[in-house]
Amino acid sequence: MKLKYLFDAWLVIFLALGFGAALAGVHIGLSPKIEQNKLDKTLREIPQVVPGAVKEKSQPVEIESITVYKAFDETDKHIGWVVPAAGDGYADKIELLVGLNPDASQITGLAVLSQKETPALGDKIKAPDFRDRFRDKSTDQPLAVIKDGGAIEVITAATVSSRAVCDIVNSAVKQWRPKLKELN
Amino acid sequence: MPDTGPTAGERFIQGIIPENPVLRQLLGLCPTLAVTGAMAPAMTMVGATAFVLIMANIIVALIRPLLKPHLRILVFTLTIATFVTIADRFLAAFMPGMSELLGPYVPLIIVNCMIISRCEICASKQSLPTAVADAFGVSLGFLIALGAVAGVREILGTGQFFGITLLGKGFPGWVLMIMPPGAFITLGLLLGLVNWNDQRKKKTAA
Repeated sequence: MKLKYLFDAWLVIFLALGFGAALAGVHIGLSPKIEQNKLDKTLREIPQVVPGAVKEKSQPVEIESITVYKAFDETDKHIGWVVPAAGDGYADKIELLVGLNPDASQITGLAVLSQKETPALGDKIKAPDFRDRFRDKSTDQPLAVIKDGGAIEVITAATVSSRAVCDIVNSAVKQWRPKLKELN
Repeated sequence: MPDTGPTAGERFIQGIIPENPVLRQLLGLCPTLAVTGAMAPAMTMVGATAFVLIMANIIVALIRPLLKPHLRILVFTLTIATFVTIADRFLAAFMPGMSELLGPYVPLIIVNCMIISRCEICASKQSLPTAVADAFGVSLGFLIALGAVAGVREILGTGQFFGITLLGKGFPGWVLMIMPPGAFITLGLLLGLVNWNDQRKKKTAA
């Protein structure tokens, strides 16, 4: 009886093998495209994050197995760095790209790669209006919102999200500034 | 196995309104609530779900003489999961923006009861053409339901339809409608409307 039950499973085993092979095929076929999409998304943001940078001239640099991008302008002058940063927002993880000038002493811009903040309130962190508030800020001091004695104006009714972006930028600066200074 | 039960045509018609998966059977409510903030993600979800449903019904109808009663649910799930993974990878490759927007709700099609119920009720018992007609009918029903909820939410929430501005700049947009409560309110009122219409029809018939 037990043996019969096992034998009955031949269809499941057969299907699992067939479906598994089909999925492997799909994966092999599509994964280069999916990887490319992810890379494109980051590259697309680079001119926004480092003003004047040319997308095609950006070079990925591996530092401690994290990819950062070295940004160049049209005349091949090194004008900044783009580093990934992430941290907790109001709702979920916020992923940013932070642009820094070549010696990492100033922030050149921000881009939001992914966020799940409240629609129409916290998700205004994506708006250029908010992101521009970080432009050209010095990295000597950690950034803070005006309420906390800093210089960053918060988004109305989204103090937590605004603060979260500040904290993420600060931790990215803390993490990358010494390393990028060395490389410069 | 003799094909008993409703014919292909009957299955197709029933799936659309009389046995609408969302409005009548209250199945597939997770995507109905979660991705209907705007028409574009809702319609992408309908497309992905329809693909999975049609393919699952085809496979199950083809292998139905081989199904063992105690293994059938396992086979359904295996089939559905395979096509969901294909749909998910396909979206990530060709519609990366949409894939990101839908997030976990694409893999969650696996647990959409609407699909497994069609495998169980129709595809595992009836012939291939009937199963295909059934899948198309139910998919259309799903389209109508999600389209109705998403249309109301997008128009009231942002004044847009498929991202095209319908109501002028003066329209403030009811933010509540594109937030989660808006989904519950819209679906609740829609279900009420369907039930009210039902009762009214019954009364006129009596």
